[in-house]
Amino acid sequence: MTLAESPALHPSAVLHRALGLTDHELEQVVTRLQRQPNDLELAMFSVMWSEHCSYKSSRALLRTLPTAGAGVVAGPGENAGVVSIGDGMAVAFKLESHNHPSAVEPYQGAATGVGGILRDIFTMGARPIALLDALKFGPPASVRTRHLVRGVVAGIGGYGNCVGVPTVGGELAFHDSFARNPLVNVMAVGILDERRLTRSVAPGPGNAVILFGSTTGRDGIGGASVLASATFGPEQGSKRPSVQIGDPFAEKLLIEACLEVIEAGLVEGLSDLGAAGLTCAASEMADRAGTGMLIELDDVPRREEGMAPFEVMISESQERMLAVVRPAAVPAMLGICARWGLPAAVVGRVTDDGDVTVRSAGVAIARIPAQALTSDAIEYQREARPPSHRPRAPSRGLLELTPDGFPERGMDPGAVLIELMGDANVASRAWITGRYDETVGSDTVTGGAHGAAVMRIKGTTRALVMATDSSPYVGLIDPYLGAVTAVAECVRNVAVTGARPLGVTDCLNFADPGRPEAFWQLAEAVRGLGDACRALGLPVTGGNVSLYNESVDGPIAPTTQVGVVGSIDDIAMLVGPAFTQAGDVVALLGRTVPGMGGSIYAQHAGQAPDDEPPLVDLQHELALGRMLALGAARTILHSAHDVSTGGLATCLAECAIWGGLGASVRLSVRSAPAVELFGEGPGRVVVSTARSLWPRLQGLAAESGVPVTLIGQVGGERLHIRLARAGSTGPLEDRGVSAADDVDLALADLRGAWQRGLPRALGLDP
Amino acid sequence: MKVGVVVFPGSNCDRDALHAARLAGAEALSLWHEQTDLHGADALILPGGFAYGDYLRAGALARFSPIMGAVSDHAARGGLVLGICNGFQILAEAGLVPGALVRNASLRFEHRWIRLRVERRDTPFTSAVPDGMTLRMPVAHGEGCYVLPAADLRSLEERRGVLFRYDSPEGNPNGSAHDIAGVIDQAGNVCGLMPHPERASEAVLGSDDGLLLLRSLVASAAAAVAVPA
Repeated sequence: MTLAESPALHPSAVLHRALGLTDHELEQVVTRLQRQPNDLELAMFSVMWSEHCSYKSSRALLRTLPTAGAGVVAGPGENAGVVSIGDGMAVAFKLESHNHPSAVEPYQGAATGVGGILRDIFTMGARPIALLDALKFGPPASVRTRHLVRGVVAGIGGYGNCVGVPTVGGELAFHDSFARNPLVNVMAVGILDERRLTRSVAPGPGNAVILFGSTTGRDGIGGASVLASATFGPEQGSKRPSVQIGDPFAEKLLIEACLEVIEAGLVEGLSDLGAAGLTCAASEMADRAGTGMLIELDDVPRREEGMAPFEVMISESQERMLAVVRPAAVPAMLGICARWGLPAAVVGRVTDDGDVTVRSAGVAIARIPAQALTSDAIEYQREARPPSHRPRAPSRGLLELTPDGFPERGMDPGAVLIELMGDANVASRAWITGRYDETVGSDTVTGGAHGAAVMRIKGTTRALVMATDSSPYVGLIDPYLGAVTAVAECVRNVAVTGARPLGVTDCLNFADPGRPEAFWQLAEAVRGLGDACRALGLPVTGGNVSLYNESVDGPIAPTTQVGVVGSIDDIAMLVGPAFTQAGDVVALLGRTVPGMGGSIYAQHAGQAPDDEPPLVDLQHELALGRMLALGAARTILHSAHDVSTGGLATCLAECAIWGGLGASVRLSVRSAPAVELFGEGPGRVVVSTARSLWPRLQGLAAESGVPVTLIGQVGGERLHIRLARAGSTGPLEDRGVSAADDVDLALADLRGAWQRGLPRALGLDP
Repeated sequence: MKVGVVVFPGSNCDRDALHAARLAGAEALSLWHEQTDLHGADALILPGGFAYGDYLRAGALARFSPIMGAVSDHAARGGLVLGICNGFQILAEAGLVPGALVRNASLRFEHRWIRLRVERRDTPFTSAVPDGMTLRMPVAHGEGCYVLPAADLRSLEERRGVLFRYDSPEGNPNGSAHDIAGVIDQAGNVCGLMPHPERASEAVLGSDDGLLLLRSLVASAAAAVAVPA
């Protein structure tokens, strides 16, 4: 029997559309096969040519990103980026999205998101040491948001806590555009011995192919094509069977088993089974090695009866791995799997014909060139068009002081600060972080509640510093600037600790690329990401693209999620964000730049959402990062905290709350008071140090080319911020700002507002 | 002096326990749950985690692991056994310490740094703790609410079986009766506690108070080894 004669595998006129392929794509399939595909082959193409697996709309853009860099051991195209950290060790890290599954079934969607990104890390031979979660939801007060927050947080905790990888940080933001399409981006970080680096390849024709981990079932059929690569209509619930179900216990066993077989040198190549399941792992491993792979379908261990061949081939059942093993090593491999209680079976072998062949009962029922499914998958040059009503371009130069034009006239800055401290975007994340095991692994030096997370490396004096950031509010106005802002902020968050950033991972969350405006947003963001990383000398080592993030409410705010990992050689040099010593001087590095667009203050003050966001000076960011590293190494800094969401006033409040020490600060108002206090202009860091070290700090700033201003002193139990006109000593009575407009708040009140903010905004028990 | 750390499928603090036991001066080895031989371990730690995924009920399946017979025999011989978090839950399921651990009063997983009051210093698990010192370490559990029938609770208190209580300012994270964080068995050689001393064994991690408990264990086991039976 030939392939075409296989029973029930006749070409179908409409099947391809039901599977998510266009007529044009079907023609391309026929061109590559030089014949009509059968149903099984069509199903395999449909998942592999989905946006999620093929990156068909974004591949051309992603090729423009800088990926080379000192120390890059593995870059994009592998399961995760790997960068050397010296002494034969390397760090593996990657961000990935699980947005659509989390919208449909928040607990399992988020849980399997954690499981998927962890597999990307240990597949490389790295032991996962940390997880960070970047979450975006709709308006905090809505019932839907509360449901999604509860489910997502429980899912992340339920999975992460059980597998024993600490969740040490992340990001949380709220915007109306995420109401029906929340973003769940998960970043995982692992450490490996460089000699154990394992790739997702299938070398050596004749080698055995072993499928191990969980059995294969019907869960997650078509997750990549049906869920992740289409926009939501009103019928979200009907897509629930496409969401996978996670088993963190199985994942824990899988981590240990994988690291053991890698340590024992038993595997030639290893891949996890994620989107598009067995089809994806088989074709990618074969294509990367220039080989082929034969899958004996009947040998795949299953968890249910009567599964059709296409179900087995595209199932996204979780916690499964595919390994390529020399024939002589097969018994040892199966033995280790058995000891960990993991089902394992030889399901095929590596071939030299370049094809992925699926065989059942001795008959080939699918045969597709591996290339056609992966590196030679369809690719699109989408049309990009800026939106017709483009927001004004951000202006350069400082704003004039025009108090009449600013909404802060007559405001009470202290009341605004209290309001911002309790804003869901600013307030303490303890309600969420308390649901996550942050200390398992005995490596957590600093959890994520206070900026970047710090993980020591056992047996060394070194630590890894990691953060993830985004800037969707800026991205909404200017997606290029949104990406640049996110990179700058994330790098700064790592740099303030004294660490040297090593590399960048990204997760691009955008809308339907078939709409020229949405594709323009994606293209602009990738351009911004590339420009920022080039300017800061950092490689993009991998990431993920999530498109079709829109619902009946419209598209999401374009979100370039960035993750950065850095290293610090001597953990004793680490600088924290909190004030440490009464009597220390407080200084501001960098200058306040104008622009309130995209700020939390702008949201509260009711300004137009297309207001100008502040520009990013990347050369300044580079100088700032170098200065912070030197400041840490020369032990000149007692604390350093990045000015971000909520501006300088909330930054100072955080330094004070976390340190349990107040401060008295005097700010020169160069533009408007609101810009000084609550503007989110980048490139600024609040530092504190001993008065005796102030001259050295000034010297270091001058040497680094970074502006530094002495703004106050640590001490007391209040935060007092006095506004003074630049160049004068008097208050700004004549400008509508009087001494009564000083911020003067008890630390306890600031802390209370900050601690109560999130549960109150979400309507949850504290 | 050898400390054996039992590894169940799903244990996830076993490596932390090995690391901390070594910091406390012991030779430390892993003991796979299918073994029935303790490989000469003088003291045992049942570490935290989610043994068997904590499916059914925390610790309910792990107590049937083959090694648990050897753990019981070791305890019956007077050998030291320390159960931490999931290890405490397993000891309670196995009846080696009194009481049961049920879902936190908040019905949520709770991770936070707490303060521990040490009720007795005359035990093998607390001998190195200075008088009056409270210990800072994290808790991380969903089922850590310690319960016991009223009469048993009274007798537990009367025999001074409560070894650790949650102390202010952070207080009781899970609703445990009498703020109980850890208990010791009647014979005084089996101890279970919910907080994680092994994660608080180095100043760089925020506290090294937990090392005092592991040092107590190591010193007590070494003394027992030195004295012929």
